Amino acid sequence: MNRFLIPFGLFIVVVGFLAVGLTLNPRELPSPLVGKAAPEFSLQQLHDPEKVISSNDLKGKVWLLNFWASWCGGCKEEHPVLIRIAQSGEVPIYGMDYKDQRSEALAWLKDWGNPYQIVAVDEPGRVGINYGVYGVPETYVIDKAGVIRYKQIGPIREDILEKKILPLVRELQKQ
Amino acid sequence: MRWLWVLMLILPSLATAYEAQPLAANPQAEARLKALAVELRCLVCQNQTLADSNAPLAEDLRREVREMIAKDMSDKEIIDFLVTRYGDFVLYRPPWKLTTTLLWLGPFLLLGVGATGLVFALRRRQKKVTDVTLSEAEHNRVEKLLSEGVHRP
Repeated sequence: MNRFLIPFGLFIVVVGFLAVGLTLNPRELPSPLVGKAAPEFSLQQLHDPEKVISSNDLKGKVWLLNFWASWCGGCKEEHPVLIRIAQSGEVPIYGMDYKDQRSEALAWLKDWGNPYQIVAVDEPGRVGINYGVYGVPETYVIDKAGVIRYKQIGPIREDILEKKILPLVRELQKQ
Repeated sequence: MRWLWVLMLILPSLATAYEAQPLAANPQAEARLKALAVELRCLVCQNQTLADSNAPLAEDLRREVREMIAKDMSDKEIIDFLVTRYGDFVLYRPPWKLTTTLLWLGPFLLLGVGATGLVFALRRRQKKVTDVTLSEAEHNRVEKLLSEGVHRP
């Protein structure tokens, strides 16, 4: 009896590990930047190339930084959620047009609507690298002191917005 | 008509091949990039190294590493730059930390368990062989069989 119990026990343990492994998403990597100061940037604006948008201008308020691109499928998916946030006026969203072409980005926003206060242009993707972006869309919640408090990898879904992002934003706004 | 044939035969000989130009002006820097890039993971296609991947992000990261090499930064500085942004996951050789202890020791642990199991199993088997006692009659039969050889029907 004992002869079979040991391999069977081992089998159960291995199955347990595999079962847990299946529920994990290997594409979601914890960001080492959460809790650290958001990397600074100073970039051309999408709608007004003469003007510059700098992360320093945004100190003192809680804001969302959303990396997106007109070529990105997931961005289309989360777009209605962003529009809803913008309409509620609860937290400003700043866009980062990541490795994109100006004309296409402008057309995309015109077609689907613009949820952003200001869109910065990161054509070579350098600011993206500073933020540890490895796929769009990615969204950062940044507090009044300019510290990253949360990173959303992939599209923001309604449930993530309601359960994680908005409660966090409200709490940070009180501080 | 004949001149056309001649022309067709001669024309290809005018095409000359040139040797491919090296991609980087500085082969030494490129060698360093290559050495670093095989140690780093591409975050988009996670089972490829930065050297193998064609993903746009991998291209950007190679560009970034190339620039850092040009700035004469050390390998450690370059790797730290990437780790602060992307975490330990970019490293194919994870650092030795509390959270990675099992990862590093696990194989040796398994080896130890296997070796111990093997030793026990062999000992048990040995005991079984030596423990067998033969009676006089059995012993004689064995002797007989061995001297005769086996007769198969």
